[in-house]
Amino acid sequence: MLLALCATGIVVGALLAEVIVPRINDALSRRRARRKKAPLVGYDPGRERRAEQRARQLLRSCVNEEEWAMYRDLGFVRVWGRGDGYAYLIYPHKPIVAFVPQTRELLNEYCVEFPDMSRPYGSARLPDSDDVLAKWMALTGDEHGLVRRANLHQPGRQVDPKAVRRDLWRLSAWEKTRGGSVSAP
Amino acid sequence: MKPGHGEVLVAEGDVDVPEEERELIEAFRRQLDEGLWAAVPKTTNNGRREASMVKSFDEIPRDADRVIFFPRAAGGAR
Repeated sequence: MLLALCATGIVVGALLAEVIVPRINDALSRRRARRKKAPLVGYDPGRERRAEQRARQLLRSCVNEEEWAMYRDLGFVRVWGRGDGYAYLIYPHKPIVAFVPQTRELLNEYCVEFPDMSRPYGSARLPDSDDVLAKWMALTGDEHGLVRRANLHQPGRQVDPKAVRRDLWRLSAWEKTRGGSVSAP
Repeated sequence: MKPGHGEVLVAEGDVDVPEEERELIEAFRRQLDEGLWAAVPKTTNNGRREASMVKSFDEIPRDADRVIFFPRAAGGAR
């Protein structure tokens, strides 16, 4: 009886092994493959931080003292439009917002990106301060060209109008503490 | 400017030295061929800071201390 049970157990074990072992091998192979596919250069917070520090220095060296202080203190830069009576707020990795400084009326959102076309599958985006500087250079160097390329939307499409109005209020308060005004230069 | 890296020095030299100027011109063309835009930060007569977009080496002021290359703008999220 015992011998029969042992023989049956061995047979069942052998049959199970036939089924289970290939599955285990497959699972191990998939796991090894996943590990091989893992990117060699992963997210490196140190590298990102250093890139942002370099970008901040570059931005600071390009814009004027007030614009730099505005970005440092408030997190955005105001750029005056070429025409009369309007200006833009430049946020990192958010649409550019056009507004009327005197009334704080929001005019439009200009959605624009600076993608790296040299890589076939896209790439990491510019550091925050580089994105602000790219917008600043494109706006001050070729305002109409940038506006033409951007996707135009009504305020509120991507940027919360309440948040923008709060930022305009913060900007006004910030300028008062610096002894400035909201009028164009 | 390079996504994921920030500022990268492409080339440097003195435009008054012919050999170095040639190298700067080649580096400039290479960047534009790769699809980048070029801008020169400057101070205007009224003291305002702004950038000049340049499309050829000749457009760069001789006294410019740098040219910044950055990816071309494209319409963002629809």
